Formats: sequence, C-alpha cells, structure tokens
Amino acid sequence: MSGHSTYEPKTGFERWLDTRLPIIRFANDTIVTFPTPKNLNYWWTFGGVLAMMLGVQIVTGIILAMHYVPHVDYAFNSVERIMRDVNYGWLIRYTHANGASMFFLAVYIHMFRNLYYGSYKAPREVLWILGCVIYLLMVMTGFFGYVLPWGQMSFHGAVVITNLLGAFPVVGNAITTWLWGGFAVDDPTLNRFFSLHYLLPFVIAGVVGLHIWALHVPGNNNPTGVNVKSETDTVPFHPYYTVKDGFAMSLFLIMYAVFVFYMPNVLGDAINYVPANPLQTPQHIVPEWYLLPFYAILRALPNKLMGVLAMFGAIATLFVLPWLDTSKVRSMRYRPTARLYYFIFIFACLVLGLCGAHAPDDMVIPRVSGLQLLDSNINSYTWLSRIGALYYFAYFWVITPLLGLTETPLPVPESISSPVLSHPASAPAGATASPEKRG
Amino acid sequence: MLRKGFAVAALGLAVLAGSLAGQASAATTNAEPKELAWSFDGPFGKFDKAQLQRGYKVYREVCSACHSMNLMYFRNLGQKGGPFYDPKYPNPNDNPVVKSLAHDIQVKDIDTDTGDPISRPAMPADKFPAPFPNEYAARASNGGSLPPDLSVMAKAREGGPNYIYSLLSGFKTPPAGLTMPAGKYYNPYYPGDLTGNWSGPADKVPEGGSIGMPPPLTDGKVTFDDGSPNKIADEARDVAAFLTWASEPKMEERKSFGFGAMIYLLIFSGLLYASYRKIWKNVAH
Ligand code: HEC
Ligand code: HEM
Repeated sequence: MSGHSTYEPKTGFERWLDTRLPIIRFANDTIVTFPTPKNLNYWWTFGGVLAMMLGVQIVTGIILAMHYVPHVDYAFNSVERIMRDVNYGWLIRYTHANGASMFFLAVYIHMFRNLYYGSYKAPREVLWILGCVIYLLMVMTGFFGYVLPWGQMSFHGAVVITNLLGAFPVVGNAITTWLWGGFAVDDPTLNRFFSLHYLLPFVIAGVVGLHIWALHVPGNNNPTGVNVKSETDTVPFHPYYTVKDGFAMSLFLIMYAVFVFYMPNVLGDAINYVPANPLQTPQHIVPEWYLLPFYAILRALPNKLMGVLAMFGAIATLFVLPWLDTSKVRSMRYRPTARLYYFIFIFACLVLGLCGAHAPDDMVIPRVSGLQLLDSNINSYTWLSRIGALYYFAYFWVITPLLGLTETPLPVPESISSPVLSHPASAPAGATASPEKRG
Repeated sequence: MLRKGFAVAALGLAVLAGSLAGQASAATTNAEPKELAWSFDGPFGKFDKAQLQRGYKVYREVCSACHSMNLMYFRNLGQKGGPFYDPKYPNPNDNPVVKSLAHDIQVKDIDTDTGDPISRPAMPADKFPAPFPNEYAARASNGGSLPPDLSVMAKAREGGPNYIYSLLSGFKTPPAGLTMPAGKYYNPYYPGDLTGNWSGPADKVPEGGSIGMPPPLTDGKVTFDDGSPNKIADEARDVAAFLTWASEPKMEERKSFGFGAMIYLLIFSGLLYASYRKIWKNVAH
C-alpha cells in the first residue's frame, strides 16, 4: 500500500516544505488517499474510536492534573473540589473516569475483531504485537489512574496488586519496597503513580504511531481476509472512511455521553467515595470491570506465585498468537468450526469476568451445597474460574493450532470485489475459488 | 454475522451487569433498601428546593451534632441549584438567607490582634464546622464508633438516597433472641452479620447488622417552616434528598448540559449518516 504517494503540493509554500519536511505529504498519504478495502464493516471503526479516546483521556487528564493534589491528605478532597468548585470540573472528571471504561470497551472489541478476522496473521504480526504493547500500557495506566482519587478501593486495590509482585521468590520483597518507595503503600507510592499515570499515555501515543505505521505497510485486513488484489477493491480513506467512521464514532459518543451525563458513577464502586483508610480493609476488593477476567485467572490457582504467573501468561500468550495459529484462512467467516470455539472463547472471558467480581468461595448456584474437590467446593467461583482459565489457555495453545490443521474451511472468495454484492453464504459458485484449499 | 455479534455482545453485557449486581458476600446480609420516587430521578429530574431546605434543617438540627460535612461551605447553600438559591444574588455570599443561616452557627477562628483562639458567627465563605475536634473525640462520644463525614455519603453507599432513607427510618427493636451489645442498635438495612448475637435457630439469623448510631430521628423531632409533615419517614426522606444534593451539587447542571449534548450528537450523527449514504451511493460494498 505504501510507497506510491499521489500527493502533489499545490502552493509554493507546500512545495518548499515538501522538499524539506514532507509532513503534509505524510498526512495526505496516511489519512486522505490511503487505499482502504471497500468492504470494512463497523467492527473496523474501533481503531478510530481508540485514537479518539486516547485524545479525550489526554486532554481531560491534563486539565485534571492542573487541580489534582497527589498527596495522601489532599488527593480525595482535591478530586471532590474539582467536581464542586472548578468550572465544569464535574464534566472533566466524569469524562475522564468513564472515558477509561469506554477506552477499554473499545480495545476489547478491537481485539476480538482482530481474533475473528485473523488480522494478527502474516503480514500483520508486528502490528498485532504493537497492539498488545498498547494494551499492556493501557492496563498499567488504568491501574495507576484508579489509585489517584485515594478512595478505599484505590488504596486497597493498590495494596493487593503491588503485593502480587512480592510473590516472586527471593527478590519479591525488594521489588515491592522499591515500588512503594517505603514499606507500605503511602505518600511516595501515590506520588510516583501520579507521575507514571501522566507519563504512560504519551508512551501509548508513541506506540500508536508505530502501530499505524505498521498498519500502513500491509494495509488493512478486511472481513473476507483475502488480500487486496486491485484498485477496484479499495476506496480512498477520505472521504469514504472518514465519514463512515465519523458516523459510527458519533454513535459511540452518544453511548459514552449517556454514562457521563446520566449515570456517571455506575461503572465505579461506591466504596471509592469513602476516603482511603489503611486500617479498614473493605470486604471485597475488586478491580475495575475491565480487569476482572485477569483477576479471576490470578485467583484461580491455589498458589500466589502460580496465580501471578498465570495472569502474566494470559497476556503474554497474546504476543505469540500469530505463531500459534496454523490456519491459512484469515477470516472466520470461512471457518465455521473455529467460529464456534471463538464464541465459546468470548463466553469464557465473560465468565472469567463474572468470577473476578465474586468472592472465590461464593456459591455459583445458590443453595446447592455441592462437593468438595481438592481445596474448594465444586459449586464455587474458584472452580468456575479454573474452568474459564483452562479454556482461555486451551483456546490459544491447543484449539487454535489444532484447528488450522484439521478443519475444512469454506470456499474463500477470489477477491474482495467478487463476493461484495452478495453475502458469502449465498455467493454464486463461480465467485469463489479453490474450494479444496485447506487452511 | 453482525447481528449475531451484537446478540453475543448484549448477552455479555447482561451477564456482566448481573455479576456486578450480585457482589454480596455470603456472611454479610442486609435488607434491600426501599425504592422511593425522587424528584431528581431520571434524565430530567431536578431537586425539589423546598425539600432540600427541609433536609438542611434536619441535618443542622439533628445530624450535625455528630456528623461533619467537611466539603460543604455555607455559600454552597445559595449557589445555583442549591436549596436557598436566589437569582437576585448570583454571588451566594451576598444572599441574605445564606448569611443569616451562617450567622446562626459559631465557628472557630484566631483573633488576629491577640493570636488567641476565638469563636465567631460564621460567614457564607466558611466551611460547615465539624462537631468534634478529632477522631478520638468523635469516637469517645459515640461509644467507640466514628460518625462518618456526610459530604459525599449519597455516592458512597450502594443505593444512595434509598439506602440513607431506609437506614434512618428502618431502626427496629431487636426481635426475641437477638441481643445487642451496649451502644449498638439493630438495623436491618445496615450491612452486617448478626450470627454471633443470635440465639434462635441458625437458619433464621435476622438480616442486617448492629450500628453504632442511635436512632437519630423521632416523629416531630424537627418542625419544618413550611408546615410539612414531620414523621420519621418524612424527616428521613428530606435529609436523604439534602445529602444527595450535597454529594452531587452539580447534578442539575450536568443533566441539562447533557440534554444539549445529546441533541447535538443526535443531529451530528444524522448529518454524518446522510453524508455516508450519499458518498457511498455508488460503491458496491
Ligand atoms: C448521636 C450521634 C449521631 C447522630 C445524631 C447521627 N448519627 Fe449518623 N452515625 C453515627 C455514628 C456513630 C455512625 C457510625 C456507625 C457505625 O460505624 O457503626 C453513624 C453512621 C451514619 C451513616 C453511615 C451508615 C453506614 O452505612 O456506614 C449515615 C448515612 C448516617 N449516620 C446518617 C445520619 C443522618 C442523616 C443523621 C441525621 C438525621 C445522623 N446520621 C445522625 C452517629 C450519629
Ligand atoms: C490505544 C490503543 C489503540 C489504538 C489507538 C489503535 C488504533 C488502530 C487504528 C486506527 C487501526 C486502523 C483501523 C482499524 O482497523 O480499526 C488499528 C488497527 C489494528 N489494531 Fe489497533 N489500536 C489500539 C490498540 C490495539 C490493540 C490493543 C491491539 C491488539 C492487541 C491492536 C491490534 C490492531 C491490529 C491487528 C490492527 C489491524 C487490523 C486490521 O486492519 O484489520 N490495536 N488500530
């Protein structure tokens, strides 16, 4: 896709600049003339949504930082003062707080989209890995951010998560002391978390730059998963996708606005409006909703170190996915068997989220006493999260490699343009190629 | 495929919502708070000014004996959306009602001539004074329990105003078999585990917990200037509304701003959709 630039400087100044810093050419090639498959559906909008959300978080975050006080004695009240005494402070703060949830919602949809359409496969492995790096940075940024208002959940969440690193043998305690800047989560911890929370989004922005660079070398994947063959398969990004994505992003903003204006606190935990009190541990310490599945994997294992390793392993697995998938067919449109396991995978992630929200010993089915199996009752969230975690890992390490070798995919269309008029299922036989081709 | 995807996503959200709603632990129990219809419910709901004024009176005459509201200033009472807002006084510090309400209260200060601590009548710019100088004093006067600050109470408990209302109007004499320790009171809405205090059948442990707050309200305890009824339930409802306003003093501004933003976004989306249809008209996709 890249390489052939069609930009022609029109004014004298543009010509002058083009021979010195071809920045207008770069912008033009990236967001105006960039040839984009014409069959992208709305699942492709979320990349744009993510870029928008990153911008929203950075802008609102910088304004919040002008009024926020990173000190254990003032942090909680300074956040409340922003909402009470700063002009439109409530808007800034609720936009930022709910923005984090919207950001994660979008990134999960974006990642599930990539899994479904096989967008992580050659030649987009680096693109996918950069995405995983972005996701990891987002998790860290979200975690640091949640600590800043210094409510009960901020504090005790920070204690639980930082203590995890103490599980590593020998070096564990040294790491936590170093991370805390002392012997407990306290003022130095809050200060450095604020510093990092301010820093990381700009690191994310840098990696997003690389991510988009890596996107523009192979170009977009598309719902059929077949490569772009000719000019007729694509349309210029502008105006076609600026307007289509613009429309979808506007709908996303409506949903976002419903949260900000009409239920700004439903996604948070009420107890975080109680100022942090190190001496009083809340009954349930739960992370924000978007980290619940990983929290469940953490607690699924009986041993803390194993739990920590499993949790990191769950994310690390994503990095190697391009080499675990043996199927040559990208899009699951043509992989009915894989599709089934994929939907079970989504379900498993939701179940893990459910487990993360419950105490491990809670009964899954109320008032059924169940059986004791090893260390816990079968009818407990501990066992449910074990099943969920098992499927999570099996999906990537067993199912994905085996399916590519054993399944029979449906016929894949010759090009993007051929099946475009009719859905693949009803496409005329002539429009498809080599049905015998195995994935 | 798209439709199926949406169905799965919707299902997922439903499961997630269910999971978040069901976070209660096995040991702690409490009665579900009663659901009241509030004037500030819904996207167009507004605070009922008269109710906020009554609620302030309940706080001032009853709750403020034990509970601080450290984020509240007297001027807040007269700001836009507040209980005593008067459009004639856009600066709440000039509002005579607020001035006189502040004046009724003594606050601590330092005499700038002598450096001695003094007491003087409050001004609108002053904070609501706290009833106790420190946590130890607060606990000492309350049998060891600490009355929490009420500034953001309506946001700090699941159920918000419904919970506060139910808690305040829900004190009960303990049923036979339930013994309360000295200085603790039985309240079915207060989350707790009463197993240890219960001598009845093990599967019939009463819901709720023992709270360190004595029942603060009685019928007729506060006389409202507008002659409104003042049974326990009325007082509890009005003070819960006041605390909701205090927790979210910008709620009305937020909702009306939100209405404008929604209209704008809907029109914007409509225009974008029309442009999308027009631009893509001749592209098969
Ligand atoms: C005699 C002192 C006293 C008075 C008067 C009083 N409270 Fe309390 N309140 C307390 C104490 C003490 C606690 C803490 C109870 C505990 O931790 O067990 C408390 C706790 C509370 C709680 C928190 C319950 C929870 O879920 O943790 C609320 C809400 C509350 N009071 C509201 C009020 C309101 C509204 C009024 C006025 C109508 C009021 N209180 C009057 C002493 C008082
Ligand atoms: C701040 C976070 C992110 C931003 C701003 C972002 C932005 C974008 C944009 C603008 C696109 C092109 C449009 C699209 O296909 O939707 C894209 C594509 C892509 N992203 Fe991301 N992304 C982010 C996070 C991630 C993550 C976490 C992953 C995976 C772990 C990921 C993987 C990919 C892949 C594989 C593509 C190419 C997909 C295709 O074109 O089919 N991205 N991203």
